[in-house]
Amino acid sequence: MPGRQLLMTFPVTATSHTLADYRARGGYGTLDMVLRTMKPEQVTKEVAASGILGHGGAAFPAGRKWQVVHLDDGQPHYLCANADEGEPGTFKDRWILENAPHLLVESMAIAAYALQVRNAFVYIRGEFDLPYRRLAGAIDEAYDAGLLGPNILGTGFALDLVAHRGAGSYVCGEASGLLTSLEGRKGYPRNRPPRLTVRGLYQRPTVVNNVETLSNLAGIVAMGAEEFKKIGTAKSPGTQLVSISGHVNRPGVYELEFGYPVAKFIYEDCGGVLGGAKLKCIVPGGISTKVLTAPEIEPVTYDHASFQKAGSGLGSGGMIVIAEGTCMVRLLQVMLRFYHHESCGQCTPCREGMGWMHQIIDRIVGGDGRPGDIDRLIQISEANDGTTICGMGDAAGYATVGILAKYRDEFEYFVEHKRSRFDGRLEVPVHA
Amino acid sequence: MKHLIPEFERIKARYPAGRESSLVLPCLRRIQEDRGFVADSDVDDLVAWLGVPRIQVEEVLSYYTQFRRKPIGRWHVQACRNVSCSMRGAERMIDHLARRLGVRPGETTADGRFTLSTVECLGSCGTAPVVVVNETYHEDMSAEKLDRLLEGLK
Repeated sequence: MPGRQLLMTFPVTATSHTLADYRARGGYGTLDMVLRTMKPEQVTKEVAASGILGHGGAAFPAGRKWQVVHLDDGQPHYLCANADEGEPGTFKDRWILENAPHLLVESMAIAAYALQVRNAFVYIRGEFDLPYRRLAGAIDEAYDAGLLGPNILGTGFALDLVAHRGAGSYVCGEASGLLTSLEGRKGYPRNRPPRLTVRGLYQRPTVVNNVETLSNLAGIVAMGAEEFKKIGTAKSPGTQLVSISGHVNRPGVYELEFGYPVAKFIYEDCGGVLGGAKLKCIVPGGISTKVLTAPEIEPVTYDHASFQKAGSGLGSGGMIVIAEGTCMVRLLQVMLRFYHHESCGQCTPCREGMGWMHQIIDRIVGGDGRPGDIDRLIQISEANDGTTICGMGDAAGYATVGILAKYRDEFEYFVEHKRSRFDGRLEVPVHA
Repeated sequence: MKHLIPEFERIKARYPAGRESSLVLPCLRRIQEDRGFVADSDVDDLVAWLGVPRIQVEEVLSYYTQFRRKPIGRWHVQACRNVSCSMRGAERMIDHLARRLGVRPGETTADGRFTLSTVECLGSCGTAPVVVVNETYHEDMSAEKLDRLLEGLK
């Protein structure tokens, strides 16, 4: 494994997700220590000092989010783990939910103590069956062992934790849409301000953190912010669970210490491109991040600043490897069909824009592309940017503009010749 | 739905008091699991039990892709067609399923055994292509594995 490990620190076995195994690994010792020896403010201070960035995609400093919540405001506060992992190419939170659900539960109990939360939630996407059963099982085990409920570890600290299942909606992965859904309504995102830490669930201060972000907390509090900061880079402390898929020999979830060379990760740790093909490009962090070509990734290290410098982002950690010979027009078609399918319909530019873009790309792939279609895709992307309540429409635009900036010739070829330069291939071409 | 109320009461206990609205999704999921779809009478009963507006329940049912208002086949075969799965053969898998079952995505076989659907990313990209049958993930699929899987579903 590339670099130091904070989460994937144990062998996955048939029982490694259970309370007994988690306890044997020292589990819940940190919660016990926190409840007996630390003040809530100290925990928040430690998390803020660690500099940990959100692992859901936006990379917002977790500690700064927490510091907006005032402990003495006399209101109930809520905490929610975002387990609505739905960004195409991303399946890392699923690893935690399936293999280390107690790490999330313990970390959430610590976070709830720091934020003085009585009710916490894990919003988990409806399709995740095994992850839900593992998490719900862990929560039940924790209740039975007095690690959740009215009097945790006999300290008087009380917390109820619910695994709340969605029912199929990409937009519910956006924190405000998630809370609207958790309130029992269709998952429409909300305008900010007010921030969710001011008015979130049931109009009360609410912290929504990604599963992986939260799962790091027990470790951060146990080792202390100073130790944590020694891992990774100065601006991106810690590690990232990277889900890698597509045309790669060894897909899966890997824990990377921030700062690890991306090319080395793909070519060595993941065994390189499938079938010995050459690398064309990668989607670095979920399909909403801009593609980077094979030469572009050479100097990139796996951290926020380096991806940003290369003109993209590490997003949700969902990397997709794309081999030479793949048709980028068809690939964008799959992406735009997805965005159109998932637009919640609340904002006109996204609702209409996604449909329009999908129509155009279908037309091009169908051999009916018109002059101006490619520019129209860019125009719609740019016109949508920043006009909607959530970032979904923007993201579709970034993906589109990102691909067109680098592979425009393939689109022009398709429009002119009414066929793909690469036979419309999405799978790795089989060499005769 | 009424026979599920004791179960709903247990779910309610872990939510904040007075926030019954949050129970709409969990209750609808449980109803669908029980009946196979959500019937009009279920909506009536749920509205009465939760005390939420009927329109809220109707909106939820039409918004989320997993909810159904009508019965479907005994086995709901859902094939992912998003980026990573397409790159690992999802389009061939979907064609294979359609040929084998004799239905197009969105349709149910005449004997009521199978409903075929295409779905978007299921978070199984590292083990693509994925097919979900009812609730269960079947990963790293191939045409041969699909055939074996379908034969086992009576």
